[in-house]
Amino acid sequence: MNHETFGLSTNLFAFLDWHDFFFLLFAGVACVAAVMVVLSDNVVRMALHLVLSLGATAGLFFLAGAEFVGAMQLMIYVGGTLVLLVFGVMLTAQTQLVALRTPAGDRVIAGILAAALLAVLVQAAFSIESWQKPGQGVATAPTATPLGMALVGVRVDQVAEENLVRPKSGYLLPFEIVSVHLLVVLVGAAYLARAKRRRIPRSVDLVASADSTKPRLPVTASSTLVAGGPK
Amino acid sequence: MAEFLIETAGLPAWLSWTAIAVLSAVLILNVIAGGALVFIWAERKIAARIQDRLGPTRTGGRFGWLQSLADGIKLLAKEDLMPDGADALLFRIAPYVSFCASFCAFIALPFAFDVVGQRLNVGVFFVVAVLGLEVFGVILAGYASASKWSLFGAMREAAQVVSYEVPLGMCVVVPVMLAGSMDLVTIGEKQAGWGSNWFIFHDPFTFIIFWVYYTCALASVNRAPFDLAEAESELVAGFHTEYSGLRWSFFFMAEYGSMFLVSALAAILFLGAWNGPVPVSQLLGLSDGMAANAPYALRLLGCMNLLLKATVGVLVMMWIRWTLPRLRIDQVMTTCLKYCTPIAAAMFAGVMLWQLFLPGGLVAGSFQNAAGVREGWLEQSNNQESVNEDALSDIVPSRRIVEVSR
Repeated sequence: MNHETFGLSTNLFAFLDWHDFFFLLFAGVACVAAVMVVLSDNVVRMALHLVLSLGATAGLFFLAGAEFVGAMQLMIYVGGTLVLLVFGVMLTAQTQLVALRTPAGDRVIAGILAAALLAVLVQAAFSIESWQKPGQGVATAPTATPLGMALVGVRVDQVAEENLVRPKSGYLLPFEIVSVHLLVVLVGAAYLARAKRRRIPRSVDLVASADSTKPRLPVTASSTLVAGGPK
Repeated sequence: MAEFLIETAGLPAWLSWTAIAVLSAVLILNVIAGGALVFIWAERKIAARIQDRLGPTRTGGRFGWLQSLADGIKLLAKEDLMPDGADALLFRIAPYVSFCASFCAFIALPFAFDVVGQRLNVGVFFVVAVLGLEVFGVILAGYASASKWSLFGAMREAAQVVSYEVPLGMCVVVPVMLAGSMDLVTIGEKQAGWGSNWFIFHDPFTFIIFWVYYTCALASVNRAPFDLAEAESELVAGFHTEYSGLRWSFFFMAEYGSMFLVSALAAILFLGAWNGPVPVSQLLGLSDGMAANAPYALRLLGCMNLLLKATVGVLVMMWIRWTLPRLRIDQVMTTCLKYCTPIAAAMFAGVMLWQLFLPGGLVAGSFQNAAGVREGWLEQSNNQESVNEDALSDIVPSRRIVEVSR
C-alpha cells in the first residue's frame, strides 16, 4: 500500500513519537490537576483533582516501565485519597465548611514555600549529568522481583559483577523495624481512641455521685443525649 | 500481530500499531458491554426462577433474550436529569470514573496464554489496585447527588471498602506466593495440566482461602448480601438514586464488568485459569511445554475455558444475591474484619508452612514450588527476559527495549 495515499495525517502520525506524546500527556494532566487542587475550594473536588494528579503520575511510572511503583502509586495514594475524601466529607459536609477559603497571608507563605521547593528541585534536576530522553530509560520488564530480592540483600541487577556468591546486607531489618513501629502506632492509636471514649463520665453518673440523696429524675437534656435519648 | 500486519499486509508501522491498539480496546469494551447485556438478562431470568416466576418471556422471541437490548434502548431515550443542588461536574463525571476503573482493570486481565491487553509484571497487583478506584466513582456519585440517600450509600460504601480490602489483599497474595510471580499469565501457566494442579486443590488451606476470596470479591463488587451502597429496600437506590438514563447504565456496566472481572480473577488465581480440568491439548500433543507456539485454536479454547469459568462465577453471585438477605453495615464489617481477615491470615500462614514442609505436595513431584521458579528466574539472564519484552512490545508501539545488564 502506498504511504502517500494517507496524506498529511499519515506524516503527522508517523512522525509523532508516541512515547513523548504520552509522557507529555501524563505530565500535563498531573501538573494541571495539581494546580487545580490548590485553586478549587471544594473538598471533594480537590480530592478528585488529587486523584487525577496521582493517577497521571502512576501513568508516568507505567510509561517508564516501573510497573510495580505505578501500581503501588495507585494502591496507596489513590486509595489513601479515597479515605481522606470520606473524612473530608464527614467533617466538612456542614454548610459553613463546604467552601474553603484560604486567607491571603497563607497564600503568600505557601507561594514562597512552593517557589523555594521548585527552585531546589529544578536545580537538582539540571544537575544530573546523564540525562536520558524519555523512552531511553525504559527498564527491563520485571521490576517487582529485583526489588524484592534487593530487599533481602540479593542485587539481581549486579549479577554479572558479583556472581551472586553471598548476599549483601539488605533492607529487611530496617523494613521490619519500620513495619513493627507502624503497627505499634496503629495499636496505640486504636487504644487511645477507645480509652478516650470510655473515660468520659456520663452526666447521669456525675449527677448521681454529686448528690445521691436527691432523686435522679428529672434528667437534664444533655444526660438524655449521652445516655441514648429519651425512652 | 502488529508485525504480521507490517510484514504481510504491508501497512505502515504506525497504522498497524494503532489498529491493533484500537482492536484490543474495542474487544475489551465489548467484553464489558456485551457481557453486561447477557448478564442482566441472566440475572432477571435467574431471579425470576428463584422466586418461582418466569421473568422476561416475550422480547426477542423465546426466553426474552433481547430484553436487555430493549432496556438499553429505553435507557438511551430517557431524560437525563440532574438535581438542582448537585455538584454538576462531579455528578457528571462519577459514572465514567466507575466505568473507566472497571475498564482499566480489564487491560491487564489475560484471557488465554497471551491473549492479554497488556501483560504486566505485576498484573494481580494492578488489577486489585485499579478495582479499588471503582469505589471512588460510587463515593463521588453519592456526594455529588446532594441527596441524603445517596450520601448514606456512599458512606456505607466507604466503610465497606475499608473492611474488605484487607482480607481481599491477603487472599490474593496466596496464589502469588504459590506461583512465585505476580504476573497473571505466569500464575495461569503454573496451573497447566490436570485439574489437580489448580491452586484451589494445592492444599487444604488454599481450598478454604478461595471461599474467603470469593466472599471478599462479592463485597468488593457491591453485590448482595453486601449491596449496602445500593440497598434498594432502605435507601431507594443508594448512591445512584438521582441518576437516570445513560449515566445510570454506566454504573451498571461497571458493576457487571467488575463482577466478571473478579470472577475471572478467581478463575486465574485459583481455578486453573485457561487450563481445563483435563489437559486435552497436551494429551493430543498439540503443545509442547510452554504454549508460546501453540496454535490459535488452542488459545481460542483457552479463552472459552476462562470465559466459562468466569461466567459460572458470575452466575453463582446471582444465585447468592437472590438467596441471602442483605447484611447490616456492622455485620458486613464484622464478616470482613473479624472473620475473613483472621481466616485469611491463618490460611496464609498455613500455605506458607505447607510450602516449607511439603513443597512438592502430598504426592512427591506433583508441583513445582515457588522457590524453584524464582531461582530459575535468577539463572536465566536478561536476554531470556527479552522474550517477554517482545510480547510486551507487541502491544506498546514505542516501547524500546534497553538491555541494561549488557
